[in-house]
Amino acid sequence: MTDVIAPFLAATIRTAVPLALAAMGELLVERAGLINIGLEGAILAGAFGALVGASAGGVAAGFVAALVAGLLVGALFALCVIVMRADQIIAGTALTLLSVGATGTLYRTLFGSSGAALGIPTSAPFSIPGLSALPVVGAALFSQPPITYLAYLLGPVLAWWLSRTHAGLALRAVGERPEAAEAAGINVDRMRTAAILTGGALGGIAGGTLVLAQAGTFAEGMSAGRGFIAIAIVVLGRWTPLGVAGGALLFGAASALQFAFQAMGWRAPYQLFLVAPYLLTLTALAGAVGRARAPAALGKALEPRR
Amino acid sequence: MPHSRSRRLLGEIALAVVVLAAIALSSALLLLAGGYQVGAGLRALWLGSFGSWYAFTSSTLVRAIPLMFTGCAVSVAFRAGVFNIGAEGQFLSGAAAATALVLALPLGRLPAPVLIVSALLVATAAGAAWAAIAALIRARFGVLEVISTIMLNFVALYAVSYLVRGPLQEPTRVYPQSATIVDALHLPRIPGAGRLHVGLVIAVLSTVLAGWFFRRAAAGFRLIAVGESPSAAASAGGIDVPRTMARALMASGGLAGLAGGVEVLGITFALYENISPGYGYTAIAVALLAGLDPWRVLLTSMLFGALEAGAGAMQRDAGVPSSLVSVIEALLILAVVVGRAARVRRISASGMPLASPPDA
Repeated sequence: MTDVIAPFLAATIRTAVPLALAAMGELLVERAGLINIGLEGAILAGAFGALVGASAGGVAAGFVAALVAGLLVGALFALCVIVMRADQIIAGTALTLLSVGATGTLYRTLFGSSGAALGIPTSAPFSIPGLSALPVVGAALFSQPPITYLAYLLGPVLAWWLSRTHAGLALRAVGERPEAAEAAGINVDRMRTAAILTGGALGGIAGGTLVLAQAGTFAEGMSAGRGFIAIAIVVLGRWTPLGVAGGALLFGAASALQFAFQAMGWRAPYQLFLVAPYLLTLTALAGAVGRARAPAALGKALEPRR
Repeated sequence: MPHSRSRRLLGEIALAVVVLAAIALSSALLLLAGGYQVGAGLRALWLGSFGSWYAFTSSTLVRAIPLMFTGCAVSVAFRAGVFNIGAEGQFLSGAAAATALVLALPLGRLPAPVLIVSALLVATAAGAAWAAIAALIRARFGVLEVISTIMLNFVALYAVSYLVRGPLQEPTRVYPQSATIVDALHLPRIPGAGRLHVGLVIAVLSTVLAGWFFRRAAAGFRLIAVGESPSAAASAGGIDVPRTMARALMASGGLAGLAGGVEVLGITFALYENISPGYGYTAIAVALLAGLDPWRVLLTSMLFGALEAGAGAMQRDAGVPSSLVSVIEALLILAVVVGRAARVRRISASGMPLASPPDA
């Protein structure tokens, strides 16, 4: 059974990590009272940034470029929504479309339309001494690219930050009662901009993870809806960091089922596995939304600037 | 008043000129930034879209047809305050349903026109049903349609992928596509206009009807009221808001589904995975640029049809990636939402009561 469980766990973690990174970023944005549909675009931009960065300067440069690319998409979203007060949903949708078009065009311009088999440096697994020697789960959980360990830490750290720090409290106040937060001396627009930029950067890193720690290459549209799934995970995790971590793992497990089934010799149309995450999102959302309470100001139109 | 009307018309023409100039300018800048030959690129863009009668009818208008339907679909939903990002999936459902019907029913039992009309009706129903899933989980569980319709797009894509490799695969089982639909069941071509088919007439009629619905019909007024202010529509208008939203979403899905049916019977004559080059997403740009007015969708769908047609020519003749057009589309959407927000701000700053702009 170990030969089924270990690959299953490894595949679960592999799928869950980029989702968790992106969803944690979106969590911050939503706790500040906004929805960024452009997260999908940030992930895609991050993936492309990782390709450019890594082919120029190795894995670390790849992650930095991914972060910057995601940050850029976040900055555009902040410009539209905070500065210009444009509609969040439409601006986010447009930014995703922009990312699809821009990365596609740049990719074909820089790397040729064939583009196949681009060899770029990838992030090697790092085995944590001791932990990685644990039976069954050791190698699957603790012999991973370093970015995975960052993702492990992000949930607890964010949970602590949101509930125990002054800044975390302020962020939540902005998402619940922006006018009260403003009256209490919090700069609502600045807080939201910071959340959007952090969310964009994390989305970019999520995209970088896809390229540098998984695929080892870039493909047009390779984000494949992960941004939207991440947004669903935030709802599923009831707007809490630990809930989001759990939600990402659930999605990872659902996607990893195909490996388990293959290992057990169970046959089904492969599209069934590909479609599973999206179906799971729909059913999970239907089950989760009614019982969770969203930040009160979530998605509401912003007050005109004074 | 004729005076104000002619001034409004002038304003619209000026706006159209500005939009066209912005497109030409941004394309030129993007071409320049990408290191392509600007002259050759723009020339290919023009020749491939409006440069000849053949290009205009067989490329631009042929691509404008699905955009008229889906642009209308998005307008209907957005007007009601329902963010249907799922026109793509609804289009695919319609295409799959129409294909399945005409391939399943043996020709000869029923006259061809009856089959064609029923295929289009089934496509409409399939699109509406696909949207109904999102409407249902919105009404029942409060799941935002933005997320659910996007998820359903992916589900529809993989469903088509399964169908064309499984139950609907062509008889030789080599290619991932359905069997070709027999000639008798194709939508008739418009004489002297190349590949252009009577789907254009259906599309124009649909947009005209939808525009009339918003301007004249009581239900259209209720739909707009819900989109402008759900709380006011419920309290002052006594309108059943959730029901109106659900109906708008399903009507929107029906239009997108019809687009899929028309595309299969008019152009592709078979079902395959990439049957839509993103018509459902482009539709958002088409609808927003038209200010969510179906009558103006007639113009914007032709504009985007021309852009997509021209992009194909640019890729063929000047080696420019066609995805450049997505960038232009996205920039147009951003310009529209930012411009609208600026106008709202100007109105509120001028001390007038803050009202929603008429096309919001």
